[in-house]
Amino acid sequence: MKAYLSDRMGAALLMAPLLLFLGAAYAWPFFGVVNWSFTLPEPGLGQYDTLLSDPLVQSVFVRTLRIAAIVTIVSVAAAYAITVVWVRGTPAQRVIAEFCILVPFWISVLTRAFGWVALLSNRGLFNTWLQAIGFISEPLTLVRNEFGVIVGMTHFLIPFAVFPLASSMRSLDDRVLLAARGLGSSRMRTFWSVFVPMTRSGIIGSALIVFVFSLGFFVTPAILGGGRSVMVAELIYLRIFQSPDWGLGAAISVVLVLFVGALMALLFRYVRPKQLI
Amino acid sequence: MPTYRPGPVSLILAALVALFLLLPLLAVIPVSLTPTRMLAMPSGELSLRHYRALIEDPRWINSILLSIRIGVVSSAFSTVLALCFSLGVWMFQPRFTAALVGFVLLPMVVPPVVSAITLYFLLTSISGLSSFFGYDTWLGVAMAHAVMTVPFATVLILVSLSQLDRRIDLAARGLGATVWERATRIIMPNIKFGIVTAALLSFVLSWEEIGVTLFITSVNAITLPRLMWMGLRDNIDPAIAALSVILIIITVLVLAARSAVVRLRRAQ
Repeated sequence: MKAYLSDRMGAALLMAPLLLFLGAAYAWPFFGVVNWSFTLPEPGLGQYDTLLSDPLVQSVFVRTLRIAAIVTIVSVAAAYAITVVWVRGTPAQRVIAEFCILVPFWISVLTRAFGWVALLSNRGLFNTWLQAIGFISEPLTLVRNEFGVIVGMTHFLIPFAVFPLASSMRSLDDRVLLAARGLGSSRMRTFWSVFVPMTRSGIIGSALIVFVFSLGFFVTPAILGGGRSVMVAELIYLRIFQSPDWGLGAAISVVLVLFVGALMALLFRYVRPKQLI
Repeated sequence: MPTYRPGPVSLILAALVALFLLLPLLAVIPVSLTPTRMLAMPSGELSLRHYRALIEDPRWINSILLSIRIGVVSSAFSTVLALCFSLGVWMFQPRFTAALVGFVLLPMVVPPVVSAITLYFLLTSISGLSSFFGYDTWLGVAMAHAVMTVPFATVLILVSLSQLDRRIDLAARGLGATVWERATRIIMPNIKFGIVTAALLSFVLSWEEIGVTLFITSVNAITLPRLMWMGLRDNIDPAIAALSVILIIITVLVLAARSAVVRLRRAQ
C-alpha cells in the first residue's frame, strides 16, 4: 500500500512541473484568446458574423485553401521523387539525397525565404541571367505574388513530406516488387501498379501534414507574398498589430484551430502515429 | 538477394528536386559578395563589406548574443521539464498517459500563428504585473520559446526511453534503489544521448524561432531572426545574405560531423 502511494506521488511530482507550466503558459492564455473572440470589441458572436460575411476575410480563406492545395500536391510529388532515391538508391545516391533533404530542413525558414528572394526578385539571379542572355527585356515578376509564395512554401515543406513517405517505403517488401518484375511487368507498370499503391498510407500522411502546415504558415507567405498575397496567418498578424481588431484576429485563430483539429482527427483515422516518424 | 533500385526516370526526377532544394541556398552566395548597398548580383568586382558589417554593426552582435542567451535559458528549462515529465511517464506509467502526452504535444501541432497569439495574450497579461518578464523582454521570449520547444524535447526523450530495457530498472528496483537513484543512476545515464539531443534541438529551434517571436517583441528583445525579418521586409539588406552564407556553412559542417560520428559508431 505504501509503495503504491509513493508511486502515485512520484509520478505526480515528476509530471506536475511541465503540466502546470503548459497549463499556465499555454492552455490558460489560449482560453483568453477564445474569450477575446467573443468579447472584443463587444460581447457576442459579432466577430464570427464578420468572419462569415466579410468579403476580404473570405477571399483570404479561399486563397489560403487554394495555395495549400497546390503546395500539397507539388510538395508530395516532389518529395516522392527524391524519397524513392533516398530509400532505395545505391549507397552513394542515398548519401546525396539525404544531404539535399537534411541541409534545407535544418536551415532557418528566413534564410530559405531570403534565398528565393535572391533568386527571383527583379534584380535577382534569374532575372539577371535571363536579361544577360537576351531572353527577356523587362524583369519578370516572380516574387511578391502568389507564384513566389507557392515556390517558397513548396521548398520549405518538401523535407516534411519526405519523412512519412520514407517510412512507408522502408517497410515495403522488396520481394513483391521483384516478383512483379519477374512476372514481366515493366518498370513503369511496377511503379504505378505495385509500388505507389503500397505506399498509400505514407502519401496520405505526408499530404495531410503538408496541408495542415501550409494552412497556418506565416513567415514564407509574408516575405515572398510581399503583402499582396495575404494568407490566414498573416491576416491574424495584421488584425493584431496593424488595424488593431484583436477580436477578429482571435476569432480567425479559433476557426483555424478547429479546422486543423478536424484535419488531424482525420489523419489519425487513416494513419497510425508511428508511421509518421 | 537483389534489391529493387530506382530506374533512370526516377533518378532524373529526383535530381531535379534536389536541384530545386539546393538552388536558393546557393543563390545567397553571390548576393553576399555584391559591392552594392542593395540586393543585386555582383557585376565584376566582389566585396566582403557585408561580412564586415556583421562584425562591425553592434545591432548584429547584440542580437546574436541575445539569441544565444534566450536559446540557452529556454533550452535548459524545456529540457529539464521534458526530462522530469518523461521519467514520470516511463517509470510510473500513470493512467491517462496518452491524454497527458497529447496535451504536452499541443504547441507542436497547433498552427504556430495560433500559438503566437496565445503567447502574445500571456505576455501582455504578465506585462501589467512585472516589467522584466512580460511583452518584449528577453525572459518573456525565453519562456515563450520554452513552450514551443518543450514538445520536441519530450518526444525525443520519450523515444530514447522507449528503447531502454525495462529489466534494468526492475533489477535496480528489486535491489532496493529509491526512485531518485533509479532515475539518476540507472535511467538517465542510459538515455544521455537522447537528453543531449533534446537540449540541442531545443536550442536550435529557439535560435531560429521567428513566428512567435514576431508577436511578442517590438523594440527591446530583438533576436537574430527578428533582426533578419526587419531587414527582409523593408529594404533588403545584403548583410542578411552574408549571415545566411555563414549559417548555411555551419549547418553543413554540423550535419557532416554528425554523419561522420554515426558512421564511426556503426563501424565500431
